Amino acid sequence: MVEKLTINVARIREDFPILKQQVNDKPLIYFDNAATSQKPSSVIDAIDRYYRQYNANIHRGIHKLAEEATLAHEEAREKVAKFVNARQTGEIVFTRNATEALNLVAYAWGRANLGKGDKIVLTIMEHHSNIVPWQLVAQEKGATVEFVNIDENGELRQDEVHELIDDKTKIVCMTQASNVLGTINPVKEVARVAHRFGALLLVDAAQSVPHVPVNVQDIDCDFAAFSGHKMLGPTGIGVLYGKAKQLESMPPFLGGGEMIREVHTTGATWKDLPYKFEAGTPNISGAIGLGAAVDYLSNVGMENVLDHEQEITRYALTRMKEVQGLNIYGPMNVDHRVGVVSFNLGDIHAHDLASILDEDGIAIRSGHQCAQPLMEFLQIPATSRASFYIYNTKDEVDVFIEALERARKIFAR
Amino acid sequence: MSSDIYKDIILDYYRNPRNFGDLPDADVRAKDSNPLCGDIIEMQLKIMDGKISDIRFKGKGCAISQASASMLTEAAKDKTLEDVKAMGKTDVLNLLGIDPGPTRIKCALLGLKVLKLAVYGHLGQTVTEEVKQLV
Repeated sequence: MVEKLTINVARIREDFPILKQQVNDKPLIYFDNAATSQKPSSVIDAIDRYYRQYNANIHRGIHKLAEEATLAHEEAREKVAKFVNARQTGEIVFTRNATEALNLVAYAWGRANLGKGDKIVLTIMEHHSNIVPWQLVAQEKGATVEFVNIDENGELRQDEVHELIDDKTKIVCMTQASNVLGTINPVKEVARVAHRFGALLLVDAAQSVPHVPVNVQDIDCDFAAFSGHKMLGPTGIGVLYGKAKQLESMPPFLGGGEMIREVHTTGATWKDLPYKFEAGTPNISGAIGLGAAVDYLSNVGMENVLDHEQEITRYALTRMKEVQGLNIYGPMNVDHRVGVVSFNLGDIHAHDLASILDEDGIAIRSGHQCAQPLMEFLQIPATSRASFYIYNTKDEVDVFIEALERARKIFAR
Repeated sequence: MSSDIYKDIILDYYRNPRNFGDLPDADVRAKDSNPLCGDIIEMQLKIMDGKISDIRFKGKGCAISQASASMLTEAAKDKTLEDVKAMGKTDVLNLLGIDPGPTRIKCALLGLKVLKLAVYGHLGQTVTEEVKQLV
């Protein structure tokens, strides 16, 4: 098959050593990118180089290695800031992952700013990581949590956005791209609605920053959270973007070394942004690896990443519709979604389907996708999910479709 | 079209589960779920002279969990409670005729766990850590 692609996938695949292997004697087809992406050699090498050549603790040492490590760590922050168009590096706080970034806002901002009767508005398509911290802080402060629902296409109910966000609303927390439905949400419009009522907007960007160009200033969100490991970087490093004005007004999240200016027996004062929120020795190698991942994505170009994934997704949706008994959840319009496709095949349990696909070397996710409220809303126990990235091809989609047909026939016996 | 895991026998038990349903005069019932996937199994046992005289199961979930639970009900019938307490992972794998591998083994063992919970419950004994760790 001749593929008209916007990026050179064959060359990109060369950069990912893990993709060269066989699984169950079949070439690995990795369609579990929404869970975590694979890593290019440049990221693996950057981490390796740090540990082999300049491993040292940062911000404290006076010696050569400490200076080099500090420089590399802060360079990574600059790369991330530029990647999402933050105004300054102080607005980029390194965390363990998107979950920790969301918790940071819920605890540090939420505890200081939420009170009895205040409203937190979420959407029904949130990941558990953007639900549970808000339920915890709401319980503690006497605030309420309300959910914007979705329509039959799996898109946000705009009428409910306007209905639910009101004078009592202090913060709106929503995903920019659903990890189940793939739906891209109109975060920029929601930011305007929230700000009109004096509420803040927190964007869960874990599924968007890796796949679409994200410009935090253009969205005008107050916070955004994402994970390094879903965007070609290593695990254990995540990012909280916050407007400097908000971050400055917030108390610290975790206390300890690195985040203090002065400590006395009577109390302590905090460092400037972003260090106020980075207690303890950070994940230095993780930040450096993330910096290399940002370089890789920037070289490919995020517009190209998006184009390629939309082309693969469009092809996958078309082919999947041909499979008898296959139900797809989420928007069928590719312009309204990222390359995450959740589905069920007849009455085959998602785990059985994943096992059969695994026999063919295909990695997909199955289960409630850490979105039980959405599963309840859709009235399904679980879904299977295929999610694509820059290294996936239409040929792989063809093998995936054949495997779905095989599963259907096995269970039709 | 062949599958290493989904042999005809497993699919047959999944499609036509033996001993499925309720046992109205059951002496003991037990129920548990696999938190990873939400699969549920309930077992209902009739016990006479220290033996399982009748048994039914109900549940929702994947083919592995439902087929292995159904197979277990057949294997457990007429067994003494002590026999059931002695059953382990190998017995379940022998019934299935396959090893579903590390990611799916808990699906296969959910039925055994529930069966043992019922037996320990009936005997009024504390459930061992080994049983708790099955799923």
